[in-house]
Amino acid sequence: MSKKIPYLILAPGFILLIFFLLIPLVSVIWPTFYNGSFSIESYTSFFQDSYNVGIFIRTIRVSLIVTFICIILGVPTAYFIAGTSPKWRGLLMAFTLFPMLTNSVIRSFAWINLLGQNGVINKLMSSIGLISEPLPLLYTEFSIIIGSIYLFLPILIITLVGVMENINPEIMEAAETLGASRIKAFIKVVLPLSIPGIIVGSVLVFTGTLTAYTTPQLLGGNRNMMLSTFLYQNAMTLGNWEDASVIALIMIITTLLVMKVFNLIANRIDKRGEQDA
Amino acid sequence: MRKQRGLSLFAGAVFAFLFIPLVIITITAFGENSTIQFPITGFTFKWFTAVFENQSFIDSFLLSLKISLLATLLALVVGIPAAYALTRHGVKGKDWIKNFFLSPTIIPGVVVGYSLFQFIVIRLQVPLFHGLLLGHFLISLPYIIRVVGSSLEQLDFSIEEVAWTLGSTKFKAFTSIVLPNISSSIFASFMLAFINSFNNIPVSQFLSGPGISTLPTTLMNYIEYNYDPVVSALSVLLMLGTIILMFLIEKTLGLAKVV
Repeated sequence: MSKKIPYLILAPGFILLIFFLLIPLVSVIWPTFYNGSFSIESYTSFFQDSYNVGIFIRTIRVSLIVTFICIILGVPTAYFIAGTSPKWRGLLMAFTLFPMLTNSVIRSFAWINLLGQNGVINKLMSSIGLISEPLPLLYTEFSIIIGSIYLFLPILIITLVGVMENINPEIMEAAETLGASRIKAFIKVVLPLSIPGIIVGSVLVFTGTLTAYTTPQLLGGNRNMMLSTFLYQNAMTLGNWEDASVIALIMIITTLLVMKVFNLIANRIDKRGEQDA
Repeated sequence: MRKQRGLSLFAGAVFAFLFIPLVIITITAFGENSTIQFPITGFTFKWFTAVFENQSFIDSFLLSLKISLLATLLALVVGIPAAYALTRHGVKGKDWIKNFFLSPTIIPGVVVGYSLFQFIVIRLQVPLFHGLLLGHFLISLPYIIRVVGSSLEQLDFSIEEVAWTLGSTKFKAFTSIVLPNISSSIFASFMLAFINSFNNIPVSQFLSGPGISTLPTTLMNYIEYNYDPVVSALSVLLMLGTIILMFLIEKTLGLAKVV
């Protein structure tokens, strides 16, 4: 049998990816560097515009806040799910999966219903006399944040349940027998062992929020653009392909950078764990 | 593990957060008013009828189905052999190639959609339908590589070697020994890729045009100009579809294995 065969069966996918992913990407991004001569002017001038910088910073800020709140909400929930009996765990995992598999348009639409001028939250607050005029909740950065948390919290929970299930429950019991309170045992034992999972989940939430299109488009309005909606607007509404391509590369680099940094942190923590052991 | 009341309450609140918005959509789909109201007045099925009377919803649903099925099948045909080659053979630069196959998940969806639109559709004048199909193929492929690849890694290689020694050709051994043994993970990867492709917005948004629009894209454009219970009704129907798919996955191999 020839050694060429594995390459032969890899070839179709490889060629398709080169022709329909790599070449289109390069053809879009190359002109931002080369226009008769090589320069990075497209990028320096992009970042000299405070409007563009504002969108870039908003995207990073929203992604950070969303990741942080998802961790706060997701870690205890995942811990709770991992601690239930297998039957309950299956049911709760299915409950977590369901929103995750529901279309992001529907999930954003749900928050339009809740946050709108005549939305559930405004009506509820005015009926109990908390507010006299509806609060502008929709089309704000706040609505993007809450919509994104709603979008990515299930991913973090599912990632973490997998990690926490693998922590030996006897470790917890040992800690408690030795006199640690449950909360202390959680903070000292379970949390450190879950950190690799928290990091993996955080990368998914952060890059997901960074690149999400539907939620900022439907919940953010035109005044609260994020990089992905800005890219779409430049490409399809304004016909400004130069800027669209610049945003495309910025998004790719930011995503890769975030993954790299989180991986570095994860590796460092893993090594420390080995030394401790 | 002992239960703790505070933790249970916290988890209960998180699940309420995850479900109340979807429950509200479901309730508003049955309200009689022509704008969305909560709580609803009256009870009607007319918005569900309205979904089926909206030709653009029907057309885009059929297109979504077609695109997602074709793209996922193409990803299976290309992806399964690739995953096999990557786990079984000493391919040079294996990690690099694997990362390349998984890269569509790292490249943001809007970027994939934009570059396909600009290069394939505008420059090469490829019809939108094909662009859309390619885009969905790209986002489906990583799921196949990842899920099938991990189950191939766990499969005992020796059963395949036995078949070879007994005189089976490599192709025959692959189709009659390897494939049946990983059939559940093939199904799982197919379902995952299908659901993801069906729900995709960022790639589809760039590659839609007159008569070519997937259901989520149509729904999204509809929401930007209308705010009525038809959207709630369509959402309920799509959620029912999701429940049916989850039920099918659970019955065939268990949800736990898919995630």
